[in-house]
Amino acid sequence: MLHTINKSPFETSTFASCLGHAAAGDAVLLIEDGVYAAIADTEPGKQIKAKNGTVSFYVLGPDVAARGLTNGSLAEGIQVVDYAGFVDLVAEHEVAQAWL
Amino acid sequence: MAYELNGTTYEHDEEGYLADINVWNKELAELIAKEENLDMSEEHWEVVNFLRDYYEEYQIAPAIRVLVKAMKKSFGPEKGNNKYLYTLYPYGPAKQACKIAGLPKPTGCV
Amino acid sequence: MEEPDVSQPGVTKKFMYVNRRAPYGTVYALESLEVVLIGAAFDQDVSLAFLDDGVFQIVKGQDTAGIGMKNFSPTYRALGDYEVTKLYVEKESLETRGLSEDDLLEITYEDEDDDWAEKPSIHVVKRDEMTQLMAQQDVILSF
Repeated sequence: MLHTINKSPFETSTFASCLGHAAAGDAVLLIEDGVYAAIADTEPGKQIKAKNGTVSFYVLGPDVAARGLTNGSLAEGIQVVDYAGFVDLVAEHEVAQAWL
Repeated sequence: MAYELNGTTYEHDEEGYLADINVWNKELAELIAKEENLDMSEEHWEVVNFLRDYYEEYQIAPAIRVLVKAMKKSFGPEKGNNKYLYTLYPYGPAKQACKIAGLPKPTGCV
Repeated sequence: MEEPDVSQPGVTKKFMYVNRRAPYGTVYALESLEVVLIGAAFDQDVSLAFLDDGVFQIVKGQDTAGIGMKNFSPTYRALGDYEVTKLYVEKESLETRGLSEDDLLEITYEDEDDDWAEKPSIHVVKRDEMTQLMAQQDVILSF
C-alpha cells in the first residue's frame, strides 16, 4: 500500500497514526506540510529512520524546496521524488491511502 | 477585460491592474498610463522603476507612506514626499504608479 | 491609496499577532501577514510572535517555483519599512523542529532614533518569556 501524508507531524496526529498503520513493505510519501516530518534530528525524523527498511519513505521535492528545507537536512534513507515519481509510486501500488 | 497592444492581449482586473506581473513591458506601461491620462516623463518612470524594484525584492507593492519613506532614502527629501508624488500621480501614487508598473494593488489600499 | 484616518488622538495599544501555522498548507500565514501590513497603518505598538509551526513561515531559502504558489517569505523582510520591528520566535518551537536561528530569514529594521542604524527584528525567546510577552498585550490576534 502507498500512504500519503499532507499534514505537519507537529500539528496533527496524522503522521503518528499513519506510521502506526503502515505494514512491512508499504511505502509512505510525504507531501505538502507532511514534508516537515522528514527533517532529521526531530522526533518524526527519528521515527522515519527507525522504521526505514521495513517501510520505504519518500518525500515530494517541490514541497521540500518550497518550505526552505534542503535535501541534506532530511532524515537518512528518505528518497526525494518529483511529480513523475509521485505518479510512479501511485502506479506501483494497488491501493493508495491519503492520510489527511 | 484586457489591454490590447500590438496584437497581444493582456488580461487585467476590473480596476485595470494586470493579471500577470510577468507579462509587463515598457510599451504596455505607456498604454496603461495613457488610460490614466498620464504622459510618462522621466520622473514618472523613476517611480515606476522604483516600485518594480521594491516588488522584486519584497514581493509586495508598498503602501504610500512606505513608498514616500523609501523614495526619500534613495532620492532625497525633494522626491521623497507626498506632494511630489501626488503631482506626478494625482489619483494616488501607489494606486496609479503600481498599475502602470504592472503590480497588484498595494496591500491595505481600499 | 486611502490611508485610514489616524488624525484622531488615540491611545496606543499593544497588538500581538500570533503565528502558529506553516506557510503553504493553509492560508493562515499569508492572511496574517496581510492583516499585519494593513494594520500597520494604524499607529499601534505591534509585535509578531512565531511559535509552533509558525516558525516555518520565516525559514530562509524558500523556493516555491515547483508548487505554483507565490513565495511570500521575502515580504517579512519589508516589515521594517512598515515599522513592524519586533518579531519574537519561540526557541522551544525551533528546537522541536530541528531548526536554529541560523535557519531563519535575516530580518532587520532601521532605527529612526539611533541614526537609522540597522538592527535585527528577530528575537529568539524562551517559552516563559513568550508567556510574559503575551501577558503584556492589549490585543492578541491568533492565526
